[in-house]
Amino acid sequence: MMWIAWKMLIGNRVKYLGIVFGVVFAALLIAQQASIFCGLMSLTISQIRDTAGPDIWVMDRNVQYVDDIKPLADTELFRVKSVPGVEWAVRFYKGLGRARIEEGTYQQMILLGLDDATLVGAPEGVFMGSIADLRKPDAVIMDDAGYKRTWPGEPYRLGRTFEMNDRRAVLVGLTKASRTFQSFPICYTRYSQAVLFAPPERKVLSFVLADPAPGADPREVCRRIEARTGLQALTRDQFVWKTIRYYLEKTGIPVNFGITVLLGFLVGTAIAGQTFYLFTVENIRQFGALKAMGTSNLTILWMVLAQAMQVGVVGYGVGVGLAALFGQAVRGGLRLSFFMPWQVLAITAAAVVLIVLLASLLSIRKVLVVDPAIVFRS
Amino acid sequence: MTAFEPAPTAAPLTDAQPGGRDLAVRVRGVTKEFGSGDSVTRALRGVDLDVPYGELLMLVGPSGCGKTTLVSIVAGTLEPTAGDVAVLGFDLVAMSNGRKVRFRRDHVGFVFQAYNLLPALTAAENAAVPLLIAGWRRAEAVAAASDVLDTLGLGDKLTSLPSELSGGQQQRVAIARALVHEPRLLVCDEPTSALDAENGRITMELIQRIAVQPDRAVIVVTHDSRVYSFADRIASMEDGRIDSIAAGPRHVESVSPARPSESL
Repeated sequence: MMWIAWKMLIGNRVKYLGIVFGVVFAALLIAQQASIFCGLMSLTISQIRDTAGPDIWVMDRNVQYVDDIKPLADTELFRVKSVPGVEWAVRFYKGLGRARIEEGTYQQMILLGLDDATLVGAPEGVFMGSIADLRKPDAVIMDDAGYKRTWPGEPYRLGRTFEMNDRRAVLVGLTKASRTFQSFPICYTRYSQAVLFAPPERKVLSFVLADPAPGADPREVCRRIEARTGLQALTRDQFVWKTIRYYLEKTGIPVNFGITVLLGFLVGTAIAGQTFYLFTVENIRQFGALKAMGTSNLTILWMVLAQAMQVGVVGYGVGVGLAALFGQAVRGGLRLSFFMPWQVLAITAAAVVLIVLLASLLSIRKVLVVDPAIVFRS
Repeated sequence: MTAFEPAPTAAPLTDAQPGGRDLAVRVRGVTKEFGSGDSVTRALRGVDLDVPYGELLMLVGPSGCGKTTLVSIVAGTLEPTAGDVAVLGFDLVAMSNGRKVRFRRDHVGFVFQAYNLLPALTAAENAAVPLLIAGWRRAEAVAAASDVLDTLGLGDKLTSLPSELSGGQQQRVAIARALVHEPRLLVCDEPTSALDAENGRITMELIQRIAVQPDRAVIVVTHDSRVYSFADRIASMEDGRIDSIAAGPRHVESVSPARPSESL
């Protein structure tokens, strides 16, 4: 009987495509907007992900997300180092600096200061120059997107100089780096150099990056650090989610995307539901004939649900596929963040299931109450 | 079939029964009302009817006289308001809805005025629907349906869609669908009303030749006086009642001397 349901469904091409269109529209909009939202969220945490090495980030108690810098006293580094279970700990500077370019223009930059001795947190995608060159005087490594933004249309060239806080900076390397939420160029330099490039402040230490001793539970070490120092210590994942939660709870981003997703859901449900209902009404005599010939209500129910699910599967596949194609298309060109993790696919699938169930509700009611004697009426 | 209990209300046959044969359909005092209160419509007002096995009975009468309501009750698709209905030995009034569904599936074949073929299925697939409902495998059901269609002269139209068939051919597919599971009661609602005279005659010939069997009863609701000649008996309805039952020409041919009209 499911085969008959399927044949009935695809037999009416126009209605079938209409229902599928509604689901495709909803799936595309939900998957695409959710992926852009995830892309944006991934931008907010890119610097945590890109800072290779440490498992533990230590910061002021009131820091809410990675760009919320509340400087610490330099002595906090030693307090963290003294906590049992901490294998090593280093200083890390993160701030904004204003660079004066050779041509006299200014460019805001994200300044990252790495521990002078170990260079922990150095970028892993250096493709011109080397990380070791950071030990040279006034040396900085810039991300390639930042280079293009600072010197648009110009070929990569090391040795270029610019000024930060009236200090000379020399470009010694270029690296691939994840885009940031603020989209400013990223400049990696030594900690001691960074505090010179940065505007003078009484306290300059942004974070202490630490690693647990082998075999030690990072969360337990974080708890110990917090107990001993009164600072906030988070594992890398905890800091990632704390940052994401901040943007979810404290900004209008999720609301804006949520409205679009909701609209996609509602419009998709309306289109699919209306067309599916019309399809059912159009076939009501056929359903009546099937009931007259001895098809049970339960079988009829399964037939309608099978039709709805078939539409859902096709609509979901096409919609998510189109969203993925969109993501592929904007990957290089538009500066649009797009990240489609499996959770987006799962949420979209759940939404599509809900859409087809809602869309089929009216139809189910219609076919269940139809009197099989309808077939005797002309 | 064992799931159904024989109707306890089915009265024993008497010599008064047409031809003295076993009854396939026994209707006693059936009424049917639609609506309630002041707006109640009485479609049937105490109908009695017997249809023995092996008979083709025609129900005739003006529009709104209750023919379709009566045949819907006999086919188990409509509940009577009052009265007893025993079909093929089963008490339809006492039967639960679930059992009635299985009863229709196993024992009743339908031929509808509007054919009600599924437009997306081929002729063979349409004719196979009752077998699919009964749980047959698709290939076996379609093969069995193809044999029936072949018998009805549609062997070359097995893969045609209803839209590719003429009205007469569609009705033949509908007849094949009604007979493919070998039901013991065939209910035909205005089977010729959408057909021209020639196709109407062919359709009735097929019903008479193939459907009328000693172990099966056929009830045909019709307005079409051109096909009265195919009936064993003709029951005339008026205002929710059966006015008269007359022996049809077929009966006259087979039973000599001709019986006069009998009233129930």
